[in-house]
Amino acid sequence: MRERLEEAKKWAARQPYRLWWVQLRAVVRLEAKRNVLAWRSLWIYFLGFIPVVIIGLHTIVDPAKASGMGEDTMVLAGIFQLYYIRLGIFFGCLGIFSRLIRGEMVERSLHYYLLAPVRREILLLGKFIAGCITALMIFESAVFLSFTLIYAHYGAAGQAFVMDGPGLGQLEAYMGITALACLGYGSIFMLLSMLFKNPTPAAMIFMGWEFINPILPSLLQKISIASYLRHLMPVSMPMHGVLALLTVVTEPVRPWAATMGVLVLTAVVVGISCYRMRKLEIRYTTE
Amino acid sequence: MNDRIIFDDVSKFYGEVLGVNRVSLSLPPGITSLVGPNGSGKTTLMNLLTGLVQPTRGSISVLGMTTMDATEFFRAVGYCTQFDSFPKGVTGWDFVFDGLTLHGIGYEEATQLTKESLERVNLGEAAMRKVAGYSKGMRQKIRLAQAIAHRPRVLVLDEPLNGLDPMARAESLALFEELGRQGMHVLISSHILEEVDRISDRIVLMTGGYVVAEGNIHEVRQEVHEKPMQVLVRCDKPEMLASKMFAMNHCVEAKLHKDGGGVFVRTRDLDEFYRLLNEIAAEGEVKIDVVAPADDDANAIYQYLIGSDGGLS
Repeated sequence: MRERLEEAKKWAARQPYRLWWVQLRAVVRLEAKRNVLAWRSLWIYFLGFIPVVIIGLHTIVDPAKASGMGEDTMVLAGIFQLYYIRLGIFFGCLGIFSRLIRGEMVERSLHYYLLAPVRREILLLGKFIAGCITALMIFESAVFLSFTLIYAHYGAAGQAFVMDGPGLGQLEAYMGITALACLGYGSIFMLLSMLFKNPTPAAMIFMGWEFINPILPSLLQKISIASYLRHLMPVSMPMHGVLALLTVVTEPVRPWAATMGVLVLTAVVVGISCYRMRKLEIRYTTE
Repeated sequence: MNDRIIFDDVSKFYGEVLGVNRVSLSLPPGITSLVGPNGSGKTTLMNLLTGLVQPTRGSISVLGMTTMDATEFFRAVGYCTQFDSFPKGVTGWDFVFDGLTLHGIGYEEATQLTKESLERVNLGEAAMRKVAGYSKGMRQKIRLAQAIAHRPRVLVLDEPLNGLDPMARAESLALFEELGRQGMHVLISSHILEEVDRISDRIVLMTGGYVVAEGNIHEVRQEVHEKPMQVLVRCDKPEMLASKMFAMNHCVEAKLHKDGGGVFVRTRDLDEFYRLLNEIAAEGEVKIDVVAPADDDANAIYQYLIGSDGGLS
């Protein structure tokens, strides 16, 4: 046992960490350049910013009343929980992360990366980080703008709500949840894109899984992104009918445990993706 | 240190479809040509060599390294594939430069190496244009530039002459020859047999996923014992020489050259043929100017072993 430990230590000491770091940055830079400002990302920007446009129109059309701030807080919570988490970020991440590996296989350009002197795990991590940067840039700024527009509408009252009331805490929670959602969904869609030629049907099944998750046994609930995020929501929404399923909290989980839950799930899924990447073969003719 | 490319009993099956079967090769430095018809397994062999596909059985090592250690392996190996596709929106310069940054090479050195490789393939002026606007020949060249930019010790080229005009072909072949002379491994697959024949140190003939012959052109030809060999004899009395030769048992065909200044003789016994030719020359009846093997090239061997004409495709 001790010998193995010594061997492992020697192996670890021999690894070119500096080179890996340089290569990781190079992959992230290349991928971010290709994805962030690409025309093909336009629909993802649309997904992210359409609520911003709607809220913007709302602030122009509806005159602000202090009594309406509570209602708008609920509206924002609804937009965030029902639109951003369930649809916008979900499909946005499907578009961004499934393109990283599968998209390059379809375009027959992945082999250029695989022929570079880069460990495939580093390549995959670089691509994942670049995908996260793209998703975070779009959805964090969209959520931030949505929040700002809603409360800027109320002038001094809105400012007081944000600075002296619970507003800032809510904004922090929304931003944090958005980041966790991008990481979690991103890792899952990247893996699905490596497992299936067309990851969309699998993503739809995963969406169904996320939807029925609250009624599943406690152990199965842990294999879900939405179940962890639900525990972090800063505003509880009263829902009726089938939509009530989306906000059911079956057993209380502390925020740090929910955060760790998403991060651990993400790490496990990225780990599995690394293994798949190691075994990946280039057979463009079958794509 | 091992300086060879070694395939040890390598097989690759795509489900039930055979890619290559039981390939064992040990290739020294120099230019090696992989020759065979479409679907013979040339690209599969190259993809196996570079780890783009994994062998179902057997093992491959390149200069003692395997693709498991990608960092060391791909510093030594450059692969110009025949996939005619590129990352979207990329310029020629970016394509080569970005590849070098993945090696961990700094900005200045990467800039220098990019310039150098683009000049070697004569693409310096078009470097800043988007690859999507390149002609097929230019795309071929930019892939070649990327494969050689990091100065690999092993260069793998899958159909590198496809799409090139005659001038570019000649330039590319000269470049491959130069790299081969420098002690590099250059592994080329091509259907243009006349050209690879000229520059190859050895050929590997493949058909149906099997290696059917391997060695230098002459050695491979020697392996084909059962096939008559054709020799061109240039002389002043070709008709007389043809009649003398045709009287021998081992001569199966004698055909006059179209310019009337020689005769093609097809023989089953080359040693006996040369002995007889010496006798005829000593008699002085026929003045012999030139004797040359007429089918000791890849094309003829290709015809014998594979049954295809091996012409341009």
